[in-house]
Amino acid sequence: MINLTINDQKTSVPAGSTVLDAAKKLNINIPTLCNHPDLCIAGNCRVCLVEQKGARTLIAACAMPVAEGMDIHTNTLKVRNARKHVVELLLSEHRSDCTKCYKNQKCELQSLANEFAFGDTIFLDLVEDHPYEIDRSSPSFMKDDSKCIRCQRCVRTCSELQYISAIAVANKGAHQKISSFHDRPMSHVVCTNCGQCVNRCPTGALVEKTYIDQVWDAIYDPEKHVVVQTAPAVRVALGEDLGYDPGERVTGKMVTALRQLGFNSVLDTDFSADLTIMEEGTELLTRLKKALVDGDKKISFPMFTSCSPGWIKFIEHKYPEFLPNLSTCKSPQQMFGALAKTYYAQKRKIDPSKIVSVSVMPCTAKKYEADRPEMRDSGYKDIDYVLTTRELAVMIKQAGINFRNLEPSHYDSIMGDSTGAAVIFGATGGVMEAALRTAYEIVTGREVPFNNLNITPVRGMEGVKEVTIKIEGCTDDWKFLEGAELKTAIAHGLTNANKIMRLVRQGKSPYHFVEIMACPGGCIGGGGQPIPTSMEIRKNRMKAIYSEDEHMILRKSHENPDVIAIYKDFLGKPNSHKAHELLHTHYVEREQY
Amino acid sequence: MENNTGLNKVDLIFEKIDPKEVLTKAFEMTNEQIIQEVLESGLKGRGGAGFPTGLKWKYTASEKDPDKYIVCNADEGEPGTFKDREILDRVSYKVYGGMAIASKAIGAKNGIVYLRGEYRFLLPQLMRELELFHKMIDEIGYDFRIRYYMGSGAYICGEESALFESIQGDRGEPRNKPPYPTTSGVFYKPTSINNVETLVTVMEIIKHGAKTYNQLGTKDSRGSKVFSVSGDTPTPGIFELELGMTVQQFVNEFGDGDTKAVQVGGASGFCVPRKKFNETIIGFEGVPTGGSMKLFNSSRSMYNVLHNYLDFFAEESCGQCTPCRVGCQQLLKGVQNVKKGDVKSTYLNELVKLAETMKVASKCGLGQSVGNAFRTIVENFREEIIY
Repeated sequence: MINLTINDQKTSVPAGSTVLDAAKKLNINIPTLCNHPDLCIAGNCRVCLVEQKGARTLIAACAMPVAEGMDIHTNTLKVRNARKHVVELLLSEHRSDCTKCYKNQKCELQSLANEFAFGDTIFLDLVEDHPYEIDRSSPSFMKDDSKCIRCQRCVRTCSELQYISAIAVANKGAHQKISSFHDRPMSHVVCTNCGQCVNRCPTGALVEKTYIDQVWDAIYDPEKHVVVQTAPAVRVALGEDLGYDPGERVTGKMVTALRQLGFNSVLDTDFSADLTIMEEGTELLTRLKKALVDGDKKISFPMFTSCSPGWIKFIEHKYPEFLPNLSTCKSPQQMFGALAKTYYAQKRKIDPSKIVSVSVMPCTAKKYEADRPEMRDSGYKDIDYVLTTRELAVMIKQAGINFRNLEPSHYDSIMGDSTGAAVIFGATGGVMEAALRTAYEIVTGREVPFNNLNITPVRGMEGVKEVTIKIEGCTDDWKFLEGAELKTAIAHGLTNANKIMRLVRQGKSPYHFVEIMACPGGCIGGGGQPIPTSMEIRKNRMKAIYSEDEHMILRKSHENPDVIAIYKDFLGKPNSHKAHELLHTHYVEREQY
Repeated sequence: MENNTGLNKVDLIFEKIDPKEVLTKAFEMTNEQIIQEVLESGLKGRGGAGFPTGLKWKYTASEKDPDKYIVCNADEGEPGTFKDREILDRVSYKVYGGMAIASKAIGAKNGIVYLRGEYRFLLPQLMRELELFHKMIDEIGYDFRIRYYMGSGAYICGEESALFESIQGDRGEPRNKPPYPTTSGVFYKPTSINNVETLVTVMEIIKHGAKTYNQLGTKDSRGSKVFSVSGDTPTPGIFELELGMTVQQFVNEFGDGDTKAVQVGGASGFCVPRKKFNETIIGFEGVPTGGSMKLFNSSRSMYNVLHNYLDFFAEESCGQCTPCRVGCQQLLKGVQNVKKGDVKSTYLNELVKLAETMKVASKCGLGQSVGNAFRTIVENFREEIIY
């Protein structure tokens, strides 16, 4: 342990801690900006400067390792003057149209300005010297360099967490900026639209592309029938933008709020998550049968899940030779979209051209996914607008809804039923767990041999998880699987996905089935979720997801009554011709650069 | 001589020596003896920052990791210095020799020369001489190899940790310190990084002995150093001078009779006005320099000089940290606006405060030293900035 004093208070912290860590332990607040708990230390912004007795210069608390006998002061005149200067400097290169900014009151620079830089500004405006254009090319997010303060959180996110480096630092000095490959528009570089950069941008430089106004227009158009679906991870995070602590479930209130916003039908992506399990589980078993019984050499393993559109774009760019390994299942959002304008329209006797299909997602990549040309199997654009969890919170506020006082209510019927298996899609390992709950039962006629259906080995925040399930006691149809060991792996965050993909490329993958989610923690840590994010926040959301599962009566996808009904009335059976038409898709090889 | 009192020309750096003889002598010493000798000589780094060379080697030597590096910083980028080019051109064998001695002192098997991009024209000749050097140490039976990495023109890559990043193929941006290079340098291995001239000086120290060498100079600034003299002078060029002279003595030798200011240490150095020539010693007790000495006569506008420096820094800041990236732009735009009369002349006081913040708040030496020229020019030539 290292002993030091901060503001004359003694403390001891483990070697390797930073001055910032030590200050936190003493409950001394040091402002930070470029620092982020998910990312490596940068020490760029210089907001966290503190004074170390005997040092020639001030030191950055976030980047300075503790040393024995350090005497640190966080609130001297020298420190305060320097911090004020630093914040003023950042403001001078930041286009401060705060009242109109999407991040107004959620901007970390704004909070710092509020503390350190109120009153007359000292410095000259530099924004006019740098004519930047806002990059609106991506369907998922916008990049406004005039609001960028070069903290490089986005750069570190993209390289460390996602192994993409779609954005990086370019140029030097006054011309330094965060740029893309050859400064191309974001729609034309290797970017997965995952939105993790958006989640970590302290200002309004990176924000999701909003479709709030379009959705309001649809709601208020008497000709239109607007259906909305909400993804599993939204219900455990929406509360954070409406004054709740991370990890509070607000499912029922959210449904009521959506109804009050004026959506004609409030439905659940959980329904199509359960449907995904039926389709994907069947696909896996069929692939196993083809490989093991029929000796089909074309079937290759592992089979990858395909629910995460960020992951899909990643593999399309980086490992296109393994596209045949991807499940052909659309993501739950897109299955839902294809059915909303076919099955739902038929059932409700509504002209599908009058249906506007909106989804609320924890994700920015879903906005891109909805725009993919493949996603028009209903004969229309299957999903018209995708809103993030954050955008839904904005709409609830715009409508003046007092969220806390809402009475909880239930989803509408036809495509509104849900099971616990669908809910856990929102957390890393959830799709695997849901698939195993169903597939094991199909094959053996018995429930998965885990206490209370909780397949705990696939849960948790470990970057790559490996689980082997031994299949025993197969029914007659599945005797060829008797005694087989189903090897599975789960990865979340594309850096972890890349670890698995490297094994696969090297031919060293032992896996049959791999679940990959593009975002850290899975959808609960998605790019469309409330800001800020951290491991602690994601863990709380994850806890909430599993608690939601435990509170469900039905916890296996194949028991979802709406799912049973749709196979009976419309699709026939899993992987049927009709199912293939509407619920499955194909992928595109994309450029590596 | 305890204190040098005048301008004395010296000929050590370019002196022709037999490298084999010096190296054989060095290799017979233990590494502690070498470090002790360099410590006793009082040699401080000749790149400008002036860190005691012996201490740097001692720290690197004490690191446990056996994979260590000696890096020669030949990214001579400070405006107004051109002495390393001359040294490499004329006595590269002494640079290599110094690196070999350093490698023995710290326990490194590998040396790297990071050569300024603009000096690429020297490379064929340097490689030929390197081949001869490798042959020579093979004959001596010393296991050591040097290779070259080229810079690409960024000023910041002369900063040691940015230089390492550049060698590693990454963007040339300074690292957070600690860890210092002696612990984690190039390829994150213990590294001693020394200036071209420092390494040559080590050869001279071993040859003549620390006791002889530290007869030269003053208590704080031992020895001699090579100066790059430019600007309004009838005799521009490279001169090796004993440390400890005053600016007045320097101007008496190199001035054109009308010198109003000397910029000591380049753009990141200090501006000494005529009224302070007498009291200012060139060395670590006064104004330190990596060698750049620029003389300005009364025909020069100090506003233009300052503007030129600030323009340079606004361009050459890596852009990573706020005080340097934005501060340089503010200083530049600030003096422009003062000149144009767009802001009050008292705005200069705000800018001086900003320069002070940059000195204590910036991540590396670049941002920390922008304020040197700014403050000394604005303080001494305020009327030239305003009117």
